[in-house]
Amino acid sequence: MSKKNWPLWEVFIRSKQGLNHKHVGSLHAANADMAIENARDVYTRRKEGVSIWVVESTHITANNPDESEEFFEPATDKVYRHPTFYDLPDEVKHI
Amino acid sequence: MSTNHLNYILRLADNAMILGQRLSEWCGHGPILEQDIAITNIALDFIGQARNLYQYAAEVEGKNRTEDDFAFLRDPLDYKNVLLVEQPNGNWGQTIMRQFLYDSFNFYFYNNLKNSTDTQLAAIAEKSLKEIKYHLRYSSEWVVRLGDGTEESHQKMQTALDDLWMYSGELCTPDALDEEMHKAGIGVDLAAIQPLYQEKINTTFAKATLQIPDNNWMQSGGKQGKHSEHLGFILTEMQYMQRTYPNVEW
Repeated sequence: MSKKNWPLWEVFIRSKQGLNHKHVGSLHAANADMAIENARDVYTRRKEGVSIWVVESTHITANNPDESEEFFEPATDKVYRHPTFYDLPDEVKHI
Repeated sequence: MSTNHLNYILRLADNAMILGQRLSEWCGHGPILEQDIAITNIALDFIGQARNLYQYAAEVEGKNRTEDDFAFLRDPLDYKNVLLVEQPNGNWGQTIMRQFLYDSFNFYFYNNLKNSTDTQLAAIAEKSLKEIKYHLRYSSEWVVRLGDGTEESHQKMQTALDDLWMYSGELCTPDALDEEMHKAGIGVDLAAIQPLYQEKINTTFAKATLQIPDNNWMQSGGKQGKHSEHLGFILTEMQYMQRTYPNVEW
């Protein structure tokens, strides 16, 4: 195996029409076309998807994990923001 | 059903079997993980196609042989695959070049075979074609990527083309069996797909900045069972288990 790695790409798959693309993992590829082909072979061999997006990993900006406290914790004690006070019918899926 | 009909099916099966076996040698040795998966994926497609065809051959023959008998208990002289598919993997570029030449032929071949009057062959062709389309897309893109890549990759691809070119003539050149099966409505008209194949390789090699060799002398004989020295080694490895422990089961 080669020691020089191609850029890393993040792969998003839409599992069926109407659903969102979901992050499924990452892989290496020299360019976007190759990333799509690689994603097809690595992530959709067992009919996992109907659509593939790839994004070069360096284009993703993430929040700093050290700032988790001020980012997320204030939301935990505000239960009135959560839609948990009514029952969803069984027919409603993917929420 | 005639012996010629059977032999024609076996030709198609043997092409898929031997190329699948060759490509499977890459398993665990691909240049990077993603390509290792891609190429062995393609190997599995070919082995799947070979199984369909061997199963059908067994049915046509009607002598209680199975798909495994055809794959594991025939000698090199019985194999009727074209010479191209048995050529060694070499480096990644050589594998890609062999694959591209074969896929270009194979795509137009199966596209035509789906109109066969033999409905079973037509159905196998229809099913295989989805995979074959992807193979052609994959190998075409790699030929362009490497041919029009760095100076080194270009040089390696040109060498691969120069080395493999003489095995490409057999693909679209009909022999007596091809002619007979075409006239019977069962087989593919190789003369009809030749220009399509030629056009595909011309445009791809132009994009890849590769030169088709001037040398037009073509090696042939695979379809008649006259093989290069490589096939014996492939079969030795592939058939080892069944030859060493006859009738062994999984």
